[in-house]
Amino acid sequence: MRKTVSIAAIALLGALTACGGGGESESGGPVTLRMTTWSANPAHVELFNAIAADYRKTEPDVTVTFEALPLENYTTTVTTQIAGGNAPDIAWILEGSAPDFVASGALTALDDSIENTADLAPAATALWKQDGKLMGYPFSTSPFGVFVNTDMLRQAGQTLPTGDKWTWDNAVAVAAATAAKTGKQGLVIRDFDYKDWSNLATVFRGWGAEAWTADGKTCGFDQQPMVDAMTFLHKAIFTGKALPAPGVAADFFAGESAMTIAQISRASLLKDGKFGWTLVPLPAGPSGAYSVIGQGGLGVLKKGKNAAAAQEFVKFFTSPANSEKLAQFFPPPRQSQLNAGTLAKANPLLKPEQLQDVVIDGIANGVVKPSHTGSAEISQAVRSALDPMWKPGADVPGVLRGVCTAIQPLLAK
Amino acid sequence: MTVVMDRAAKARSAPSGPRSFWTTRRRDQLTGYLFITPALAGAVAFVFLPLVLVVWYSLHEWNVLADTFTFVGAENYRKLADDPNVPAVLRATGLFSVGLVVFNLALALLLAVLLNQKLRGTTVFRVLFFSPVVVSLLAWTIVWGFLLQDNGGINGLLDAIGVDGPNWLRSGGTAMASVVVVQVFKNVGLNMVLFLAALQGVPQELYEAARTDGASAWTVFRRITLPLISPTILLTSIITVVGSLQVFAQISVLTQGGPGTSTTVLVYYLYQQAFQFHAFGYGATLSVLLFLIVLALTVLQWQMRKRWVFHES
Repeated sequence: MRKTVSIAAIALLGALTACGGGGESESGGPVTLRMTTWSANPAHVELFNAIAADYRKTEPDVTVTFEALPLENYTTTVTTQIAGGNAPDIAWILEGSAPDFVASGALTALDDSIENTADLAPAATALWKQDGKLMGYPFSTSPFGVFVNTDMLRQAGQTLPTGDKWTWDNAVAVAAATAAKTGKQGLVIRDFDYKDWSNLATVFRGWGAEAWTADGKTCGFDQQPMVDAMTFLHKAIFTGKALPAPGVAADFFAGESAMTIAQISRASLLKDGKFGWTLVPLPAGPSGAYSVIGQGGLGVLKKGKNAAAAQEFVKFFTSPANSEKLAQFFPPPRQSQLNAGTLAKANPLLKPEQLQDVVIDGIANGVVKPSHTGSAEISQAVRSALDPMWKPGADVPGVLRGVCTAIQPLLAK
Repeated sequence: MTVVMDRAAKARSAPSGPRSFWTTRRRDQLTGYLFITPALAGAVAFVFLPLVLVVWYSLHEWNVLADTFTFVGAENYRKLADDPNVPAVLRATGLFSVGLVVFNLALALLLAVLLNQKLRGTTVFRVLFFSPVVVSLLAWTIVWGFLLQDNGGINGLLDAIGVDGPNWLRSGGTAMASVVVVQVFKNVGLNMVLFLAALQGVPQELYEAARTDGASAWTVFRRITLPLISPTILLTSIITVVGSLQVFAQISVLTQGGPGTSTTVLVYYLYQQAFQFHAFGYGATLSVLLFLIVLALTVLQWQMRKRWVFHES
């Protein structure tokens, strides 16, 4: 009997001790830093690993791992990791959630961790500053451009309008004609998919429309420029058939559409060159030429286990030398590197005039995609309220008024 | 047996005087408790503790990013009462559950009755209908997502016979129906197997007696089969109702709660609040609501069994 009791007690003790986790060494010993990203692109990962390997030469105790998370749930996953006490040391941050991260106090200030901060373009860092301190480093300041499948256009007997003729009206006409002739899709707004409406800023800014006012307090969806822009877009989708209808999947980079609006970092997907292509700026809208920038920042999380070591690595990762390497995928915020010479070295796939027109001019004149504190909730409310618009015969101004009704209380928070 | 005799002998030979605290009975009890402690510890750590914590969190404003955790009392419950989205969310949840339970149970019973016939080839069909149960839920849902796209497989088939199919996942009317159907086909096999087992447990002589009395097939089914398999109907309906209230992956993959809020069920809404909008406190409040709904429905079904489940004491 006693033996049975002892066995049960030992088994219980074993079970309980097995539950206790093994801690990590806090200081002194080897450190493993974890950086979350949203890119599993092998070319990107290879470059990150090379930078981390270089860092190890001077800091042999520091290992850096890169964890690529799916873009569509990126912020949610990072937030869940933080809530679960498993915060990454360094995290990429999407521009949409930048205000939330920057204002929340979740990040450590990076002013001492970035070399030569005077070199950073003010337009690029505006979103990432809090009370004059740099809370995130915009490692990627990437303008949107239009990739065009020139082979498909030729096959459809179309020519790409240039100069003053490169307007939204003409772009949509060429896209519709090419789609009709080839049976493929016309123009794809990449990553929009009738859900992530913030990508529509690449269209509606051509009409001078904004999702909300600069102070973030007043909804802009019911204003005339937005009504005009969305009416144009609705007509292009459902009457002109220039854009894929809701629920229709088409990937430009797999040769399934004539054009796509995307950032230049996507150019690496065209490395194999299965078809002829070119990259041009966004078409001019009724309010003239414009440019839209998508940003990615990186920040050091206060709740990470090795914040000091993480700041040191960020200093290395963002140094001018590494920034130049990263420039082949992610246009840097460093003004000294924003010239056709530096960018051409890093981007052999792009021609100097494409870099000048789309990247350099784009960053100089561009406006970052819409962002706001509480962006996830606002984005969800906009998406949900815009849904009734994505069908033929929708009452566009009515739907847009509905968007404002839905988000005005959230903007006022 | 030997143990019992040993104990009896020990009890007889035990010296009289002050009795030890560790009587045989107490020692046996302790052994029993020690043996169930690991399982109990698991249940406490992973079921009861989270349950209590969720209620505790629901009384707080918890912003993960800002790392703030403030006691707000019943504020989240007041927010729940005022939340303009909640009626639509509850409506979607109810619609999904009713649709799923009715369609799933009816189809499962129909398949079970059909496959209960002594015909050649029924085994093949049983395997065919059961196989989705063992397929990964996510893989199943993603494939259906492709099939239900506007230019997907289903509309391709409809096109071939000259029918212009709707945009299944994007229009308010068909999105919910599509999610229900995808879920029914995934799990109908499990209920079918349970019904099949119950049907095979119905004594043949009852059928023979009924036939001798000249009962029609429908009367036999209604008066004999249904009452005798009613315990299984209760079991499958509880499992299906509880499962339907926990649907998440299908909504997340297929519709993300849209179009509008037409497929935003309670679990998906609380996920949005907690994990996407960083409002963990309010998310916890919604979980408490979900818990109460599941509890109420289960108690209701359990009570109703007295009315319609045969041979329940």
